[in-house]
Amino acid sequence: MNIYVIMKRTFDTEEKISIENGEIVEDGAEFIINPYDEYAIEEAIQLREEHGGEVTLVTVGDEEGEKELRTGLAMGADKAVLIEDEDVEDGDAYSTQAILAAYFKDKEIDIILGGNVAVDGGSGQVGPRLAEQLGINHVTSIVKLEVANGKATVEKDVEGDQEIIEISLPVLVTAQQGLNEPRYPSLPGIMKAKKKPLDTLDLDDLDLDEDDVEGKTKTVDRYLPPVKKAGKILEGDLDDQVKELVSLLKTEAKVI
Amino acid sequence: MSKNILVISEIRDGQFRNVTFEAIAAAKEISAGGEVTGVVLGESVTETANTLFHYGVDRVLKVESEKLAQYTPEGYTQALQAVVEKEDPDGIILGHTSIGRDVAPKLAARIGFGLVSDAISLEITGEEVIFTRPIYSGKAFEKMVVKDGLIFATIRPNNIAALEKNDTLTGKVESVDVDIKDLQTIIKEVVKNTASGVDLSEASVIVAGGRGMKGAENFKILDELAEVLGGAVGASRGACDAEYCDYALQIGQTGKVVTPDLYIAVGISGAIQHVAGMSNSKVIVAINKDPEAEIFQIADYGIVGDLFDVVPKLTEEFKKVLV
Repeated sequence: MNIYVIMKRTFDTEEKISIENGEIVEDGAEFIINPYDEYAIEEAIQLREEHGGEVTLVTVGDEEGEKELRTGLAMGADKAVLIEDEDVEDGDAYSTQAILAAYFKDKEIDIILGGNVAVDGGSGQVGPRLAEQLGINHVTSIVKLEVANGKATVEKDVEGDQEIIEISLPVLVTAQQGLNEPRYPSLPGIMKAKKKPLDTLDLDDLDLDEDDVEGKTKTVDRYLPPVKKAGKILEGDLDDQVKELVSLLKTEAKVI
Repeated sequence: MSKNILVISEIRDGQFRNVTFEAIAAAKEISAGGEVTGVVLGESVTETANTLFHYGVDRVLKVESEKLAQYTPEGYTQALQAVVEKEDPDGIILGHTSIGRDVAPKLAARIGFGLVSDAISLEITGEEVIFTRPIYSGKAFEKMVVKDGLIFATIRPNNIAALEKNDTLTGKVESVDVDIKDLQTIIKEVVKNTASGVDLSEASVIVAGGRGMKGAENFKILDELAEVLGGAVGASRGACDAEYCDYALQIGQTGKVVTPDLYIAVGISGAIQHVAGMSNSKVIVAINKDPEAEIFQIADYGIVGDLFDVVPKLTEEFKKVLV
């Protein structure tokens, strides 16, 4: 099978965010593979283990993304592609869609896996957008995947309910939490990953102009939420605290 | 200048979801006196469709087909593309729900436009509509505009207030015929999760448990509290990882991001990644036996104590007050 994973390098979820001049401060922050993309990588490796073939990781971003691609290779993916998008103006989900579509246009695809959403931008647009431009079907937010006889049977999480969906390959699916338990890279895996192919492409290599992929939305400001004032820790006998809490919720906070 | 806006509605269990009414309110504001048109998709929707008038739409368009009986990205995108081409709107607003998240980006790619996902508020400056949306799961916010004309956005449930219902408003539901091609997505079965009747993303009250719950069986005290308040039960990653509950209940930067009116955190320490998913709740109550727990930093009200003592007492007290 020709298995592809689209993945993104993101801030570690334990990181605090700081902003200077409307931009997120990245200096000194820890980066990780977007946690939802990790499920996609794990599922891709399991698919290859069952059906054979090759797992290719694809990321769009700056050169720093090589580190996360190497981590994915160490988990067991076969090769990786880094597409640099540094000069793209107002890069957004459309930009990433257009860049990935250019990459995939001459590829034989059985399945593309990605994360349901990235924990930084959080739009969750790229997967469905890419599938649309490639003219293939998609299923988002999957918690189970089986492939047999050119078909995928997936379980999709629909706000707590599950839909069992059957769909022909090629297909693009996005991973929801619960799909699997991503493996940690093993030491031999990390050693092997250093020698696995990792190609770097730029827009020229994909016959794209910067204008072709300029974002269709624009971020005009970023800011941190206002700092919450310290709350009220109730005191006294527990029965009184409970009474006071319910009364405060009713009369002061007015939420019940 | 006035604008014509489409609102893509969503029906669940035979009724419009609240977020549809919230989307109408957002569309009214953007339209600046222009026309707001509700779009209803399904197999047979006429009776339900009328309700949209009560919440302020000027027109209602329906597309009926047995191929729209259940949501599929292909079916909905074909129907919506036809409506958009017919109407040529200035904007499209819908809920950031399971369906909205799935269909809006596909439709945006189909018709070649940008899309603002998961907006929680909007402001209008001259001709420009500026949306605010959370990034890093609510650790920060960004203000975003579309650059290319069509004002296309999904809005997060429970953030923009719907207009007050007015039963006297009515209108005629117009039908749009769309020949929908055979679907390749086959939904074989829908397994309903009966554990909780209230959906986390739209719940106005959430009672969430953490590692302090000590076991799956203890979640029943949270179920009881949630039931009294008409709310939903959620959980921290710690509780899910410990298999006290299903990952579908997880709230946090991985998991669901929620903004209820009242969030009661029970036995939750307040790790950054959990806080990201709930800190924008209107009122937060924390119950934890550790007075140093991080969760108290963001709570409006806190009780330091053993949750197994506090929660049942709280349930009883709410019962008394809410009857």
